[in-house]
Amino acid sequence: MTTPHLTHRSISAKPAPVAKTPFLTRCQTHLWPTKGQAAITALLVAGLLWWLPTVLSWGLWHAVWHADADSCQALRGVGACWGVVSEKYRLILLGRYPFDAQWRPVVATLALVSVVVVSCLPFFWRRSLVLLWVAVWLLFFGLMGGGTWWGIPTGLRWVPSDQWGGLPLTLMLATLAITLAFPLGVVLALGRQSTLPALRSVCVGYIELVRGVPLISVLFMASFMFPLLLPSGTSPDVLLRVLVGITLFSAAYTAEIVRGGLQAVSLGQVEAAATLGLSYWQTQRLVVLPQALTHVVPGLMNNFIAIFKDTSLVTIVSLYELSGALGLAISGDPNWRPFKIEGYLFITLIYFVFCFAMSRYSLWVERQLAHR
Amino acid sequence: MSDPILRFENVNKWFGNFHALRDINLSVQRGERLVICGPSGSGKSTLIRCINRLEEHQEGQLTVAGVTLNDNLRDIDQVRRQVGMVFQQFNLFPHLTVLENLTLSPIFVGKLSVDDANKKAMQQLERVRIADQAHKYPLQLSGGQQQRVAIARALCLSPQIMLFDEPTSALDPEMIQEVLEVMTELAQQGITMLCVTHEMGFARAVADRVVFMDQGQIVEEAAPAEFFENPRHSRTQAFLAKIIGH
Repeated sequence: MTTPHLTHRSISAKPAPVAKTPFLTRCQTHLWPTKGQAAITALLVAGLLWWLPTVLSWGLWHAVWHADADSCQALRGVGACWGVVSEKYRLILLGRYPFDAQWRPVVATLALVSVVVVSCLPFFWRRSLVLLWVAVWLLFFGLMGGGTWWGIPTGLRWVPSDQWGGLPLTLMLATLAITLAFPLGVVLALGRQSTLPALRSVCVGYIELVRGVPLISVLFMASFMFPLLLPSGTSPDVLLRVLVGITLFSAAYTAEIVRGGLQAVSLGQVEAAATLGLSYWQTQRLVVLPQALTHVVPGLMNNFIAIFKDTSLVTIVSLYELSGALGLAISGDPNWRPFKIEGYLFITLIYFVFCFAMSRYSLWVERQLAHR
Repeated sequence: MSDPILRFENVNKWFGNFHALRDINLSVQRGERLVICGPSGSGKSTLIRCINRLEEHQEGQLTVAGVTLNDNLRDIDQVRRQVGMVFQQFNLFPHLTVLENLTLSPIFVGKLSVDDANKKAMQQLERVRIADQAHKYPLQLSGGQQQRVAIARALCLSPQIMLFDEPTSALDPEMIQEVLEVMTELAQQGITMLCVTHEMGFARAVADRVVFMDQGQIVEEAAPAEFFENPRHSRTQAFLAKIIGH
């Protein structure tokens, strides 16, 4: 017996509905759905209307764009003096690097930024990327320093590292500190979770000690105290000492973020890996860390952004990275000293561009991981 | 009779002050299928987790596939290569696809080429009838499907012994059957199986021997017919009345 009315017949899918709300309706639902929210919207709009003209008038309409200290002085307090940037940008961006050789830090920086961008794209995540990094660092230091490295002449004039400065120094310190602090932080986090009591105590002690000390004092120690402990003439370059200081400091913070991720991976995952015969390091590398790090992408990127900006502290040990170079460029010049604010806004914009890019990249990574 | 593949001799284990296993003596022959049952907290899971050293016993001797378990890491690795395990919570790796879950150990521990590992993995997936899901991630599958993947993953090591730790307890009722079918087929293929479960139908149909545990002790062990028709010990009777009576 057949029952035709029960036969299953598929119905072809309709296209998904598209919301077609008029502009005003949308405004209403988003801007003034209730009286209270309408009041808040009105308040914010009023504030913006009051504040925006002042900013635009100062920053754009009455601003001085050419490098003329006298006209800047005449409009002081009324219009911004962007002339300070056009006058001093080479000093701000490159610090005390010898003027006639400044193409070298420019090329070095472009190479470094390119390889960072390339490394962010999953398409390039292959083993040869490591070789590219090695090549770029050799290029970077070869160009920046010149002279002779391990007996190989670069054909360029030697520029000692205390003359390096500005954006190249900032990017170099930040990139190296982040790439070195990350693996070190992972190892510290694993050590803190270890079942071996001695190893665990060392890692806990290290993390707690470093977190209890401000970065400034770490930099002071790296810069001034460390050489005192070594026989004279054997102390490594100040740049290297400072880099090690920032890396060791950041590693402790990275470790605690990674530990948070490790705790979110269930013990069952480790047990499953054990029953499959994976070794400790295989388990961590193939099973635990991929999951743990996925959990802490926002925290990690937050930390990386902090490291990027913390490099500005090396000014206090006389390394003139971006913010230090700004002080160098303007404080010593009485004509331009009054317009430091504009200079700070300029480097603020540079910092913001890099940090915002990192922040967006982090969100993109999160979305990619969530798709799985 | 040949040498047992698995032998507990006066094995004791404590968790702090809690005496989890008391004087366990148990021998399992190659190809034998054991079902271990008992009330919760009776030490069933601890017993089978000692076999691949997810737990350490503190007294007595435990010999697995000819290897006596002690602190030697190499011996533990050797034992783990002979023993596959299926967990209550599946414990699949959520960041890897089904196929990658299966090939991980063959590639990194067994040193197979990726092609060989894939081929082997697909065979096992077909064995548990889930080959069409090979490229999905575990969390895209139903519980029953995930557990079948977990069984296939354990089988990829070609183990001599398979341990099942309450493999159907976390499943919705309608998915229990598909997992039990796969386990029954496996049992018919002659692999040594130790299975902690409350599925008494499965025990009756598949087991060579049923072991009943309570308070860390093996209270009674018997062939299923004997065990279910004619339980000797009062604690076994009480347990069976509770579990079958409803």
